[in-house]
Amino acid sequence: MSWSWIPGNGALIWQLTRENIYLGVVPALLGLVISLPLGIVAARWRWFYPPALTVVSVIYAIPAIALFIALIPALGLTDTNVIVALTLFSLCVILPNVVAGLRGVPEPVRQAATAMGYGAVRRLVTVELPLAVPVILGGLRVGMVSSISLATIGQLIGVSSLGYLFIDGLQRSFPTEIYVGLVLIIALAVACDLILAGVRRALTPWAARS
Amino acid sequence: MSFFSYAWDWVTQSANWHGSGGIPQQILAHLGYSALPLLIAALIGIPAGVAIGHTGRGAVVVVNLANAWRAIPTLGLLTLLAVYLGFSFLTWLLPLVVLAIPPILVNAYEGVAGVDPGVRDAATGAGMTPWQQVTRVEVPIALPLILVGLRTAAIFVVATATIAAYIGLGGLGRFIIDGLDSYQYGPVAGGALLVVILAVLVLAFFAGLSRLVVPAGLRRQGKAE
Repeated sequence: MSWSWIPGNGALIWQLTRENIYLGVVPALLGLVISLPLGIVAARWRWFYPPALTVVSVIYAIPAIALFIALIPALGLTDTNVIVALTLFSLCVILPNVVAGLRGVPEPVRQAATAMGYGAVRRLVTVELPLAVPVILGGLRVGMVSSISLATIGQLIGVSSLGYLFIDGLQRSFPTEIYVGLVLIIALAVACDLILAGVRRALTPWAARS
Repeated sequence: MSFFSYAWDWVTQSANWHGSGGIPQQILAHLGYSALPLLIAALIGIPAGVAIGHTGRGAVVVVNLANAWRAIPTLGLLTLLAVYLGFSFLTWLLPLVVLAIPPILVNAYEGVAGVDPGVRDAATGAGMTPWQQVTRVEVPIALPLILVGLRTAAIFVVATATIAAYIGLGGLGRFIIDGLDSYQYGPVAGGALLVVILAVLVLAFFAGLSRLVVPAGLRRQGKAE
C-alpha cells in the first residue's frame, strides 16, 4: 500500500465515487418505479405473474457486460447505456419482492379495510403498500447494492466509475488503486444498507424496532 | 444496424468457426472455465450449507454472507489478484470459486433449515440416525433450493468468466475484450450474443434438472400450493 497516493488523488477518487453512486442509485430507483405498477398488476391478476417471472429470470441471467454491449448500437458508450441495463437488472430483483410483499398482506387485514369502506385503490395505497414496505425495500436494497457493484463493469465499455481504479491499477500494476476501489464499493453498499434501514423505519413506524 | 444484425453477421462468418481461437473452441473453453469452479464451489458449499442448516450453528454468518455477496465487485477482485499473481491458473480460478460458494451455501442452508420440524421428529421417531435423517429426509426436501443455489452460481460464473477475459482468460470473453480493444463491434456483439445464449441454456438446463431430480412427492406438493 502506498498511502500517499490517496490524498494526492482525492479529486479523482471523489469524482469516480460520485459517478458510481449515480450509476448505482438511479437504476435501482427507476427499477422500483417500474416494478411497483407491474407488481400491483401481478399481485391482482395472477395469470400475469408466471410469464412475467420467466421473462425476469431470463433477463437476470444475461451477463451485465453482454447487456451493455447489446445496448451500444442504440445508446452508445454512455451513462444512459449502463443505467438502462442496470435498471433492467434491478427490475428483476425488485418485482418479485413487490409481488411477495403485496401477497403477504394477511387476508383479515384486507377484509377489515374493505369492511371499513375502503375501495380497492384506497386500500392498496393506505393499507397494502405500507404493509409491503419492508419486503419491497428488501428488494430495492439488493437492486441498489448490485447496481453499485455492477456499474464498475461498465468501465470495460468506457463508462466511468470506480471500475476505473481497477483497470488503471491493473495496467500500472498498482494494487493501492484497486484496494481503494474495492473498499469504496463495499463502503457504498454498507451506506446504502444503513440509509434504506432508516427509510424503512420512517415508513413503518408501527414495526418493532429490533 | 442493430445489435442482432452485427452479432449475426459475425457469428455466421464461417472463418470464425475454424482453427485455434475459433467459436467452437472458445465455447468449450468457456464451459470448462465455468464448470470447474462451479464443481469445486459445490463440493464446498453444499456440505457446509447442509451442516449449518442441520445443526443451526453459524446461521448468523450465512445470513450476512448472503447480504454481502452482491456487493463484491468481481472486476476489482480479478484485477487485484492479477496484479499479485500475474495471469496464472489461480488468478481466475480462486475468485470464481470464492464467489460461487455463497449462493450455493446459503440456499443449501435455507433448504435444510426450512425443513418442517414435524418431519424431522417423524424421521427421529422412525428410528433414523442423524446421518440417515440428513441424507434421506433433509437433503431431498432441500433439493429444490439447493438447485436454485447451483443455478444462481452457474449463471454468475458464466458471466464472471466472460469478464475474466480481461485478465487473460480464454473463452467467449476473448471475442468481447479483444474486439473492444481493437474497436471492432462485430466480434464484441457476436461474443456477447453467444454468452447470452450460453447463460440462457444454463438456466434451461437447471430448470430441466430440477424436474428430473426433485422427488415426485415434493413436486406434487409444489403444484398443490
